[in-house]
Amino acid sequence: MNLPVIVFFAFALFAVGGAVMLILAREPIHSALALILVMSALATLYLLLGAEFIAAVQMIVYAGAVMVLFVFVIMLLNMGLEERTDFSKLAKYAGVPLGFVLLLEIAHWLWRSPAGAVVANGPQPVTAFSTVELSKLLFRSYLFPFEATSILILIAILGALVLARKEE
Amino acid sequence: MEFISQHPVLVVSIVKIAVLLFIVMTALAYLTWLERKVIAHIQSRWGPYNVGAHGLLQPLADGLKFLFKEDVTPPVSDRLVYTLAPFLALSLALTAIALIPFGPPSVTLLGQPVFVVSNIDIGLLFLFAVTSLGVYGVALAGWSSNSKYPLMGGLRSSAQMISYEVSLTISVVGVLLLAGTLSFNGIIEGQSGYYLHFIPRWHVFPQIIGFLCYLTAAVAETNRIPFDLPEAETELVAGFHTEYSSFKFAMFFMAEYANMITVSCLATILFLGGWLSPFPDTWKWPLFLPGIGLIGLGLYCLVDTITEMRGIARLQFAVVTLLCLGGGAICLIPAVAVVIQGVFWFTAKILAILFFYIWMRGTLPRFRYDQLMSLGWKLLLPVSLANLVVTSIVVLYFMMRGPG
Repeated sequence: MNLPVIVFFAFALFAVGGAVMLILAREPIHSALALILVMSALATLYLLLGAEFIAAVQMIVYAGAVMVLFVFVIMLLNMGLEERTDFSKLAKYAGVPLGFVLLLEIAHWLWRSPAGAVVANGPQPVTAFSTVELSKLLFRSYLFPFEATSILILIAILGALVLARKEE
Repeated sequence: MEFISQHPVLVVSIVKIAVLLFIVMTALAYLTWLERKVIAHIQSRWGPYNVGAHGLLQPLADGLKFLFKEDVTPPVSDRLVYTLAPFLALSLALTAIALIPFGPPSVTLLGQPVFVVSNIDIGLLFLFAVTSLGVYGVALAGWSSNSKYPLMGGLRSSAQMISYEVSLTISVVGVLLLAGTLSFNGIIEGQSGYYLHFIPRWHVFPQIIGFLCYLTAAVAETNRIPFDLPEAETELVAGFHTEYSSFKFAMFFMAEYANMITVSCLATILFLGGWLSPFPDTWKWPLFLPGIGLIGLGLYCLVDTITEMRGIARLQFAVVTLLCLGGGAICLIPAVAVVIQGVFWFTAKILAILFFYIWMRGTLPRFRYDQLMSLGWKLLLPVSLANLVVTSIVVLYFMMRGPG
């Protein structure tokens, strides 16, 4: 066990644990906090992969901006506890075991795939993918899709404005 | 010793973190003293005067008071979040300071730069990543207190910080276009050199609009007067921290001052040339400015000790005098003067911006909430966007014209 592996498992545990908490928490704000935990843990995992820029953007956009809006809305509406419906019998006795079977199968095929072979060989030294390289890809090779996406987002914002506007 | 030679990065980092933490905590404490003094003098008062000479021990007394006060926990809606909020606020505020280079990377110890804890390539992005989480401390505190005024404060603060973070980030992009890098050291080194041989090539001159936008947005981000709506005492008692007492309150207090220091550091790095000296390298006398300044301060203290101070205060001030004179003498040694040069200029610039902050608090009244929002969205955002567009066009023009 070396340091990257320990860090990976620690933050993978945070991510999975946060995701489980997100579903199980009854208080909406606890769910939001759990989601922030998941996103921060994911950012750390990106960092381990050498994707510094993606990690920082993950923190700024998702953990910083999107989740602040979530928390803001939860606070504004001052939501109470969620109502909990009991598991249906079908979900309890068929859904949960089948879910585990699916997980095992995914793990099995990942292990057999080339990516799994790389993982089995232990962690590789990663070289950080510099922000300059990324921007060259984004603004030279993939300029058109990038600009098209930004126009798409602009249209979405305008749509939201139209929907949110009060009737005169 | 073997451990130290095998892990120089780890050992040096831990030492640097401990020293930086000590310095920052002391600086936070004395920033409150400075603020009270400056505001008092603006309002023709004396400010803290009785605890220690000129109130110099007041921060210590305040800290002890916070420690020994009873920690009252109201019937909160959520004890976990209520306790988490101040820790979140303070730890995020302190983490951001670890990224700041306080001096040039050329000064090293065991092969590690002394004046920065963590020097990473995308320092600026990471700083924004950390500070963008800072709003949670305030918002969660407001929500979990289970009380009307804190909730209002928390809501206001989330709305305000989201609004002004946009302008803050966009006003910084202009500098990034000029610098072409996200690393703090790269940005600072890009500002070396002089226009007409004596005006430093700092980004504040080409980016004066960006600088003004940044300063305004930064004040709003740190919830300071005139934008301190989240804790407007005339409307919200004390805003988001109304229900907090004892050391939890102190943690919010420290987080606010740490955030002030962070944004001042960022302004210094991005716009004012970081640890670069404003004087040309060929001039030798600025090297001795720190020593001369300290000795000047020491002489003033000496006069004060003899003419004004009485009793125990005279003894305390004599110690301050000796410290200033001794420190000044050490700073006059050429070898020391060269090493502390960068840190001296960095600190001087931060102090200037912090003074500006305090000055503003003593001068301006608080904005109304709708004025705050319309200022942020209708004035600051368009201006910083226009600044960005113009800067990009100019940068593009110079790139097309080729180097030179």
